[in-house]
Amino acid sequence: MTALIQLRGINKYFGDYHALRDIDLEIKQGEFFSLLGPSGCGKTTLLRTIAGFEDPSAGTLSIDGRPMAGVPANKRPTNMVFQSYAIFPHLTVAENVGFGLRRDPRSKAEKAGAVKDALEMVGLGGYGARSAHALSGGQRQRVALARALILKPKVLLLDEPLSALDRKMRELMQVELMKLQRQVGITFILVTHDQEEALVMSDRVAVMFDGQIRQMDDPEAIYTRPRSREVAAFIGKMNFLPGTLHSSGEGVEADVAGLGRAMIPPDRVTPGLGSGPAVIGLRPESLAVLFEGETTTRRTVEGTVDEVVYYGDMTYYDVRIAGVDEPLNIAMKNLVGRDVLEVGTATRVAWDERSLVPLAP
Amino acid sequence: MSGGRILGIYAVLYLIFLYAPIVLLPIFAFNDATIIAFPLSGFSTRWFEALWGNAALGDAVGNSLFIAAMTAILSTLLGICAARAGAMADFPGKSGILGFVMLPLVLPEIIIAVSLLIVLRQVLDMQLSNWTVIAAHTLLCTPFSIAILNGAFQNLDPSIEEGAMDLGESRWGAFCSVVLPLVMPGIVSSLLIAFTISLDEFIIAFFLTGSNPTMPVYIWGLLRFPQQLPVVMALGTILVALSIVLLAIAEFYRRRGLARAGLKDSGGFL
Repeated sequence: MTALIQLRGINKYFGDYHALRDIDLEIKQGEFFSLLGPSGCGKTTLLRTIAGFEDPSAGTLSIDGRPMAGVPANKRPTNMVFQSYAIFPHLTVAENVGFGLRRDPRSKAEKAGAVKDALEMVGLGGYGARSAHALSGGQRQRVALARALILKPKVLLLDEPLSALDRKMRELMQVELMKLQRQVGITFILVTHDQEEALVMSDRVAVMFDGQIRQMDDPEAIYTRPRSREVAAFIGKMNFLPGTLHSSGEGVEADVAGLGRAMIPPDRVTPGLGSGPAVIGLRPESLAVLFEGETTTRRTVEGTVDEVVYYGDMTYYDVRIAGVDEPLNIAMKNLVGRDVLEVGTATRVAWDERSLVPLAP
Repeated sequence: MSGGRILGIYAVLYLIFLYAPIVLLPIFAFNDATIIAFPLSGFSTRWFEALWGNAALGDAVGNSLFIAAMTAILSTLLGICAARAGAMADFPGKSGILGFVMLPLVLPEIIIAVSLLIVLRQVLDMQLSNWTVIAAHTLLCTPFSIAILNGAFQNLDPSIEEGAMDLGESRWGAFCSVVLPLVMPGIVSSLLIAFTISLDEFIIAFFLTGSNPTMPVYIWGLLRFPQQLPVVMALGTILVALSIVLLAIAEFYRRRGLARAGLKDSGGFL
């Protein structure tokens, strides 16, 4: 597969504000790519740059081998689903979906057929004659999708498309978007601040902070092998323990506060991180509290339950261990027959060397 | 007496105070006597007939209608530009400039009239004509147009225009195909209100008309002849009716615009 979209050294300034810093990016044909980051990190600016609504201050962008400098938004092979959906309220659903076909030389009947197909694709068959301003949030989103996809763009850009929906609808649309993307085979670029959304839907995720891409990987790598403390803290929950790394011929050994010495598995070693002080990350679900009488082959450490948060399917424990200021956050599945420990209970915490994530302090 | 009752009486008195003088207009316009006084002496439409036969008045009305129409178009065009810039563009000194544009709204008309007269006659050495009045009325009405159109443009989702561009329209095409239809009720409303303001504006017109007066200026001239007073009343009646109709149409369009965009009403002129 070749790169469909290429960004080289993209920088963007708004006055003195440096919104995008040296963005290098290649996105493949048919990929579901996410730009993930907190608000103000530049992800929407980057998307708007690809769409042609912002001109980069420096750098080059090409789509399908064609340089995009000087090509306005209406001439680019991209279409966008806006955060507000930008549905035209004075038109019907069918007129909205057919809007981009107005300059199309095909006959009226052919265009009407295309509109009908597009509406059926997003599950809105029979809604064509309705007035667009009377639609619900989820329906607006579908109209926005149909309106963009009917033009068969090379790239579909989605700017926080699910953020205006309620939780149930959002989860439903996540699955529908993934199905739709596989069905049409078009490259999707999704902007989101919701890490779960990015992990669920994407083939690859770029995590952005302060106008820079900090890490670009598949969802599993982003989650299990974050390369910086910022990324680790932004994606899911993570315990951070102070420690020291010792590099030697046999590999990297860590001295972790509260846990002791441990060998870091070779695939977990962060490139460029040598001997010296470090922070060791541990996901809450990679730890376990041991119930009375329970035995394990994993390494353990003594602790006291400090806080219990019950979620129904899960219980989150804060457990204090000797030698660490912050309690360890531990996620436990609520299995049948397993009690929830009370605050103040003395317990043991089980952990593995395999789940340690060494990070720069 | 309960507080609600006092408030009710106050409201009624307030309305009488506001509208009683206007109610007198039609009463004496249809009264069959030259003297404006009670008791009334009988129903007559002869004052309206006298209006009809007055050629000088016809000219004045024609002038006023032309001036009002041109003023409405010019101030609405300027208003569209300013409101769009205010809602969609960002430029240095934006809030200062937009505030400055609204200033004629609170400037005493007599001052505008005198300074315009000086500029036009002394500085530019122009002949006074309908066009000088149009220019002055445009100055007066543009802030009103901006105020009305601001509402229309600010209710608009800015990504609507980008959405149309994304779907293949040029900037101008996007403006015409999407933005214009959505702000059209505001445009109609602005046209009608500017028209109404210009139609019965007196002070500026009095200073800036050339040899052919506008209707309000002509009415003022009539007042010097007491026997013409009932004619003025008849003309006034027509003007009030016309103003009410125009403002009602303007308000209808403003509300329809809000309903179309699915928005809550947040004030207006009526």
